[in-house]
Amino acid sequence: MTRTVELRLAAHGRTGDKGNRSNISVIAWDPALYPLLVDQLTEEAVARRFASRRPTRVTRHLLPNLHAMNFVLDDVLDGGVNDALNLDSHGKALSFVVLAMPLEVPESLLPLLRRPNPNHNDTMETTR
Amino acid sequence: MTSVPRVASLLVGCAAGFSGDRTDAARPVVDTLIRLGGPAVLIFETLAERTLALAQLARQRDPESGYEPLLDEMLRPVLADCLAHRIPIVGNFGAANPPAAARRVRALAAELGLRMPVVAVVGGDALTSPEQRGLLARTLAEEGQAIEDGTIACANVYLGAEGIADALWQGADVVVTGRVADPSLTVGPALAHFGWALDDWDRLAGATMAGHLLECGAQVCGGYYADPGFKEVPDLATVGFPIARIEADGSCTVFKADRTGGCVDEHTVKEQLLYELHDPSAYLTPDVVADIGAAEVRQVGPDEVRLSGVRGHRRPESLKANVFFANGWLAEGEISYAGPGAEARARLAAEVLRARLGERERQGPLRVDLIGVTSVLGDDTGDAFARLPAGDARDVRLRVAANHADRAGADRLTREVTALYTCGPAGGGGVRTNVRPRLGLRSCLFPRALATATVTLT
Repeated sequence: MTRTVELRLAAHGRTGDKGNRSNISVIAWDPALYPLLVDQLTEEAVARRFASRRPTRVTRHLLPNLHAMNFVLDDVLDGGVNDALNLDSHGKALSFVVLAMPLEVPESLLPLLRRPNPNHNDTMETTR
Repeated sequence: MTSVPRVASLLVGCAAGFSGDRTDAARPVVDTLIRLGGPAVLIFETLAERTLALAQLARQRDPESGYEPLLDEMLRPVLADCLAHRIPIVGNFGAANPPAAARRVRALAAELGLRMPVVAVVGGDALTSPEQRGLLARTLAEEGQAIEDGTIACANVYLGAEGIADALWQGADVVVTGRVADPSLTVGPALAHFGWALDDWDRLAGATMAGHLLECGAQVCGGYYADPGFKEVPDLATVGFPIARIEADGSCTVFKADRTGGCVDEHTVKEQLLYELHDPSAYLTPDVVADIGAAEVRQVGPDEVRLSGVRGHRRPESLKANVFFANGWLAEGEISYAGPGAEARARLAAEVLRARLGERERQGPLRVDLIGVTSVLGDDTGDAFARLPAGDARDVRLRVAANHADRAGADRLTREVTALYTCGPAGGGGVRTNVRPRLGLRSCLFPRALATATVTLT
């Protein structure tokens, strides 16, 4: 049995920008959750999530020592801080787009999730 | 066991992570460095890409300006204690005008009745010679990002740690730099303290990543980290600034200033370690290529985390150069709607603006945001916005933004937003408009041998 939760329960991360390129780290809250991230947070899955930003390339770098991964998304910032019209021209908020992605978690690993009550309804992925 | 003499570790405290950072950050950091004793340095990182470009333009208008505007406020609370306790201050707050900043530091010391500090100026290179400008233009053209002749507003190149180390070797109390790579503010003092060779790649890489952890100030101590319910940070309002204890082997332990809020744990450190990195096995700086592929992050005490296992590879042959050019005018306008039908009225206002603002004067799209509904996640083309079904939000703020080739086009956008007061839908209020010139940025590589750093002590 698995349950679908928002990634935010299993990992955290931060966005950085250089030019028209964004990097988003994803860091597992617990080493035992890291293999789930490696399996499910693929370059393709992240590229799909950012389809409306039309990345020309998504690269995933794995850091097993740190139970972390780093996504590099090319050309997703409307030119970057000097060109974009977005209020958030750095794309600082984008880490939370990744953290809203769904993650399938086996029942046995549910106790490792960050939130004390993983059965709560609003942990399910929602989109408007 | 070998009997290599033990070199005392070096404490590097960081008191600013960007231009405009908190000016009360330095005091607790300096107090902590004094309490701990031993060799210590205080660094200020105040130069983002755009910050330096704006400073360069300011200096073109006024030869005595172009350095960190908050320099006085940053240094005044701690200069006396740093001089008394032999804690050198290293900052890139010289921005586009390190000599003027150095004069200001000496004047401040005189005002405060302190002994006159030895101030070193580590000059950046604005790449102003015709040969350098020609090379930049050719390089950009070869990389397919040519810019028109004569439109370069300013340029600068990222220098490394050597100039800072030289200045400290020569006994500087305060080292004022222009553009150096952010981690070099930490690598320079480490080089001067430990006397590492310039090709001791692993140690340089260790100090580089220590500098990377420090360079955004509070960001490694729980700043920019809190997420209520998931990531709790104690006393965020008084979040502390970081100190790294760098060892002779290049490893480091990061902690925060005494009696401050925030937290330092493996998670805050990992977030900052990966911040603005691309390939974690090849973090390029002027000093070294750092590799954190085998790095370890371990909590070693309360609010104390050790980083070890960073490896280094030969430094790049070229330096990174930033070239800024005039890039038209950004115009923005906002207006609020509230109560029943607020979202529908805001959407109607957007339609009015689209009809009134032709595409002729504009460069690229007219961006439309409904703040409170969607304003951040969509891109500038508005596709995501267009797919969003109309809702019934009752407290929304319409924002429009566009780039224009000239000021007149930008002004027309803001006038049309203001006209919504009397000519738009019912109940709009709180118009704010903003027009500002934009600087475009192109980055390219520049030969190390053709860029110069000068070190001058006064």
